[in-house]
Amino acid sequence: MSKMSAARQTEPWQTAEIPGPKKALLITNPQIVSALIKRSKNPILIVGHRAAEIKLGSGTLIDYVIRLAEAAGLQVVSAPSIRSEFIRRGFTRVAGMPLVDIANRLTDPDWMGLDGKGQYDLALFIGFKYYVGWLILSGLKHFSRNLKTVSLDMYYQPHASWSFPNISHDEWEKNLEAIIGGLG
Amino acid sequence: MVSDKGMRIKIGELKSDLGLFKDLEVSIGKVVSEEWLEEAGPTPFPTITDLRDWDLKLLQRYKPFYMPFCDLCCLCTFGKCDLTGDKRGACGLNMAGQQSRIVLLACCIGAATHISHARHLVDHLIEKFGRDHPIDVGGLSVEVEAPITRLVCGIKPKTLGDLEDVLGYLERELTRLLAATHTGQEESNLDFESKVFHAGMIDHVGLEIADVAQISALGFPKAEPEAPLADIGLGIVDSAKPVILVIGHNVPPAAEIVDYLMKNGLYGGVEVTGLCCTAHDVTRYNPKAKIIGPISWQLRFIRSGVADVIVVDEQCIRADTLIEAQKIKAPVIATSDVNCMGLPNRTRDEADRIVEDLVSGRQQGALILDPAKAAEVAVKTALLVAPKRMKFKALPDVSDIIEGARSCRKCDDCRRACPNDLPIREALAKALEGSLDALASLYDECVGCARCESACPINLPLHSFIVRAAERRLKEEKYKIRVGRGAIQDVEIRNVGSPIVLGEIPGVVAFVGCANYPKGGAEVAEMAIEFARRRYIVVASGCAAMSIAMHKDEEGKSPYEIFPGVFDAGGIVNVGSCVANAHIAGAAIKIASIFAKRRLRGNYEEIADYILNRVGAVGVAWGAMSQKAAAIASGFWRLGVPVIVGPHGLKYRRMLLGRKDKPEDWYVYDARTGEKVYVGPAPEHLFYAAETKEEAMVMIAKLCMRPNDTTKGRAIKLSHYIDLHKRFFGTMPDDIHLFVRTIADIPITMRDEVIKMLEEKGWKENIIPDPTLLPRLVRRRAGE
Repeated sequence: MSKMSAARQTEPWQTAEIPGPKKALLITNPQIVSALIKRSKNPILIVGHRAAEIKLGSGTLIDYVIRLAEAAGLQVVSAPSIRSEFIRRGFTRVAGMPLVDIANRLTDPDWMGLDGKGQYDLALFIGFKYYVGWLILSGLKHFSRNLKTVSLDMYYQPHASWSFPNISHDEWEKNLEAIIGGLG
Repeated sequence: MVSDKGMRIKIGELKSDLGLFKDLEVSIGKVVSEEWLEEAGPTPFPTITDLRDWDLKLLQRYKPFYMPFCDLCCLCTFGKCDLTGDKRGACGLNMAGQQSRIVLLACCIGAATHISHARHLVDHLIEKFGRDHPIDVGGLSVEVEAPITRLVCGIKPKTLGDLEDVLGYLERELTRLLAATHTGQEESNLDFESKVFHAGMIDHVGLEIADVAQISALGFPKAEPEAPLADIGLGIVDSAKPVILVIGHNVPPAAEIVDYLMKNGLYGGVEVTGLCCTAHDVTRYNPKAKIIGPISWQLRFIRSGVADVIVVDEQCIRADTLIEAQKIKAPVIATSDVNCMGLPNRTRDEADRIVEDLVSGRQQGALILDPAKAAEVAVKTALLVAPKRMKFKALPDVSDIIEGARSCRKCDDCRRACPNDLPIREALAKALEGSLDALASLYDECVGCARCESACPINLPLHSFIVRAAERRLKEEKYKIRVGRGAIQDVEIRNVGSPIVLGEIPGVVAFVGCANYPKGGAEVAEMAIEFARRRYIVVASGCAAMSIAMHKDEEGKSPYEIFPGVFDAGGIVNVGSCVANAHIAGAAIKIASIFAKRRLRGNYEEIADYILNRVGAVGVAWGAMSQKAAAIASGFWRLGVPVIVGPHGLKYRRMLLGRKDKPEDWYVYDARTGEKVYVGPAPEHLFYAAETKEEAMVMIAKLCMRPNDTTKGRAIKLSHYIDLHKRFFGTMPDDIHLFVRTIADIPITMRDEVIKMLEEKGWKENIIPDPTLLPRLVRRRAGE
């Protein structure tokens, strides 16, 4: 992506996806995410199928996702199609579940989570088509009152509680590295 | 037995004390139905609340998950109202209510479109063939001629005139449904959802009326498994001839064009080509007509300059058709009162005067609401315009692409406007380096919307750049499609009824809907071929049926040339256009009626309960885009048939999702004893969006499971589910224990690994009930 003006960085990536009055807070510093994860009592990382497709740095996005999950001890829910990619890389704390299923469960105040320990209070999202993430995060914004959501994709997702702005691959990689570093 | 049919008396001339009356037509209320002895069920012509209890049963299990497009409601002057979180608007409505209301509005638009289409067709065909023209969709092969109409309305239509009464009912219900969306009406999202189902149900009746009428009167294939093959693709047009392009869904003008050409000995000299469902239906009328492709092919074909005259009817026609036609100097003829295009109404003018104005360029187009006159004008104009136009096209030269690439500002606005996030800027940059391959590679995934062009600040014709870069491939687009066959024969239903209900045919998979695909139409063809090879019954309609055709194997054969058109295991059955979706729902209903001998007449709830629990059918609308698709899907939901959409389908803003982790949601009555029995999440969801083709395929296999499956049938279905899961996800599914009821359900070749998993999950054997959600169908209560 070419360099964008500051104003355009905080527009929805797909220009027509205007949400309404409540918009995501900007992750201006990756340490914000590290702090949110550390402060969370029960966080979850939700990973879309694109994590296995997107080349980032010297590897694939899923490699960063695994490092992030390991650094923070996160439970991961992945698209069923890429769960085996996690297993192949030796990461096993991952459940395969379709996105609409995990999102639907996150709106249920009585759901006790994958491990039966109770509701999640923080859900981080990465590896999604823009419009897919946009819609799912909208559902959670409106119908999952006690959940904070964080979009870690490289585009501004206004329906999340927190989101990166529209950034380049290089900036994205640097930010993910910084988050992982901040969890140490 | 009183029916809703009216009696009409037509008198040529009547002398009375009041004077002389000519062409007098008298309509008298209702008449006694003479022949249909089947006892009427509880809900003939159901009102908007008659099936509410059934809807709430479904919605209790398949709860809505909403994904609002916007935080606001802006439908009245109280607003805009911010409905974020638990806020309520000035009218008191909350976000769940508002979202379900929007879904209802979308379904009302879709149902209105089909019902209006049906009304137009029936009126036109009655005018042409008379009210007494008989209904015939399959001769002796089809006794249940209109299963949806019989089921919903409780009548058995015999003539075109009978269909009018049904339309009256549909129009009444639609008005009630629309009224419910007004400010200050419904407040409960579940009541809105129930009405969504009602909209879907009446939509299905409308579909059936439209297709039954046109099959009966226009001589379309009548339930023919071996309907003829027609040509499809951009490369199939003989551009040396004058070319007429018809676009839309309502076939009379296109059929009249064929008639006019035939009558005047011109047929071989003029190409009749079509886009979208009119193309399906004109090939059903005459298989020598040619299909260009689905809706997404509109811009690319018009800009190719091949069409000399464009005739549009209604639905899914681009709103800039006139502008695009001007670019290639092709006149446009609008033929529908719901799509007048701002053109002067020339219906009453002489055909030759209209032709003169169009050929001379004095007028760019004309609105002609008489299909026969529109046809005459279209043919005469095409013959005269073709030599003048010389196939003038609106596609750029390669030098234009290079120049465009040089002036590109690299703002990425094209990509940010693209529904599929295609890397257009990067591809353009490659063109500057001398290669058009990157641009050409976007062609398959491009949905043809041209939002990239609208977004470009320097007005580069980016869609045309993509099409021009892929021009060589366009010329190779030559495929075969089996013409829409219409209904499924009763004998086919008898043959497959038992294996479907028992589960031995693993499922019926219907690929339907529009062409808003996430990664191109090839994915639909790949899915259809996979399930046909697995001996599912594959059914197709609309744009999806076209996308299936646009695929070749190593021998150059299209799927319709490889797989038979019979409604049986391993068949790929093209039923036809959007309105032919009625035959897919109709087939499910006929399984209940013909195979299981359940009564149809006004007996909706029982038949839907039968289908939900026994008929392993799944709809797949991989590129669903329209409000019509929403209405069609909702008709399937009420009937108990789950629907899977592609990722763009999330934009319908609401899924209907089951929770397999809640055992209490998956109990049915055993009709033999009245006991409540756990049957597992079968089917797990009613409306589901998959992110990828692979996810969809695994879910298709899973959603085909039904509580009534025999052990043999369940084992077959499980083997497909497990096999696809392993192939695409690389692992065993982790929910097999929810679908194994007895050890005999386990596929023999997977026995060891499945048993190991069952042991880990603490699985217990269960009985296989005679399943129903309706207590009234229990034959004997426990303890009696």
